[in-house]
Amino acid sequence: MPHWIDACATGDIDAEDLIRFDHANQTFAIYHAPEGDFYATAGQCTHEAVHLCDGLVMGHLIECPKHNGQFDYRTGEAKRAPVCAPLRTYPVKVEDGRVFIDVDA
Amino acid sequence: MGKRDYNLLGPDAQRAVQTGLAAAQWYHSDVPRREMKELMQRSDGPAIRDTVILLVALAAFAALGIALWPSYWAIPFWLAYGVLYGSAMDSRWHECGHGTAFKTPWMNTAVYEIASFCMMRNSATWRWSHARHHTDTVIVGRDPEIAVMRPPVFFKVLANFVGLFDAASGLTRMVYNALGRVHPEEAVYIPTQEQHKVIRVARISVAIYGLTIGLAIWTGSILPLMVIGLPRLYGAWHHVMTGLLQHGGLADNVTDHRLNSRTVYMNRVSRFIYWNMNYHVEHHMFPMVPYHALPALHAKIKHDLPAPNLSIAQGFAEMWPALRRQLANEDYFIQRALPPTAQPYRTDFHAAALGSATR
Repeated sequence: MPHWIDACATGDIDAEDLIRFDHANQTFAIYHAPEGDFYATAGQCTHEAVHLCDGLVMGHLIECPKHNGQFDYRTGEAKRAPVCAPLRTYPVKVEDGRVFIDVDA
Repeated sequence: MGKRDYNLLGPDAQRAVQTGLAAAQWYHSDVPRREMKELMQRSDGPAIRDTVILLVALAAFAALGIALWPSYWAIPFWLAYGVLYGSAMDSRWHECGHGTAFKTPWMNTAVYEIASFCMMRNSATWRWSHARHHTDTVIVGRDPEIAVMRPPVFFKVLANFVGLFDAASGLTRMVYNALGRVHPEEAVYIPTQEQHKVIRVARISVAIYGLTIGLAIWTGSILPLMVIGLPRLYGAWHHVMTGLLQHGGLADNVTDHRLNSRTVYMNRVSRFIYWNMNYHVEHHMFPMVPYHALPALHAKIKHDLPAPNLSIAQGFAEMWPALRRQLANEDYFIQRALPPTAQPYRTDFHAAALGSATR
């Protein structure tokens, strides 16, 4: 059973950018892809406990602000050292201009 | 604090973990997100331009050095070649290792591999050691890239201006790795699944150096080694000179780069060789910002930083006496004043490290 949480408005995130979203002692990163889709991942890099919200979105990659490791935020796949472990991803839906994430997925 | 143990497996490493100094949250100057995004944008243009200049200059200086060999007229060309090989490659290794120099990933990788080879650094090992350097900058027992340990060993510092200790340790470790071994200290920061790359890179490097030495023996001339290998020695001085200024004489065991890193204004030639890493506080605070955007980042946050040193000479005039004082008092370091516009140092957080040993 999905547990959809209202995270933000679609207009809260610039295209090709991300924001931080905290909920119930969990932290997430929500992305606005260049083509307009939205995605969500765990907030912290799997290499070290650094939040990705200060990182750089380049196409479908998020680059960690501390060590420049990269993930594909659509799949969570680690794409560039020093990250090796994948990033957890969460389902997203958009309704009435709001972005919802399934935090229990 | 007293006697420091820089061993990555030693008691200071354990203490850093226990006290929260390891993998800590570091101070950052405030930069609005949209401005930071602009600064972080990648571009191939500046790095392609600089790399073409570098490669053409290397080829031209080497060609002139070979053409004029063995006359004294060759010396200036070898000296110029050496600085580009043994110093400019250090900054190329650094920036391409971060993946920020070029926008195109393969360009970063290609230049990173070439530069690592020139600097006698294992490209696989040093990618991880530098990540640790950014996680735990000048944290004793955690940072594997501390250039001047306390108390300073001046003979070693001076010998490294011609690369003696660095090259010797680089070659020794290369052979060690090529024999199929990863050193226990390397294993601390290189993930197990990445360690096979260390051995592969070392074997390729040993093969290239072996061929170069073989060519030198076969031709009865050191010219092949003047092109490959020796410039790591006779051209190292510039990267050591600028590298010492990065953190030398400043605080250790703190989590604010304004306390342990130094920004120095430099001439255009040194900035080309060093690829703007003279903006070192800025680089450590925001390692995502490419070298070509560091002057703009500096302009945005300098109100929050100690005043930069105005020249390399002024930087050394500040650093060198501090290193000398550390001979007698390991805890001594320079704490630079912040401008009134800056957020203050978190002296409560850094009390254990800062103590009363500042000037």
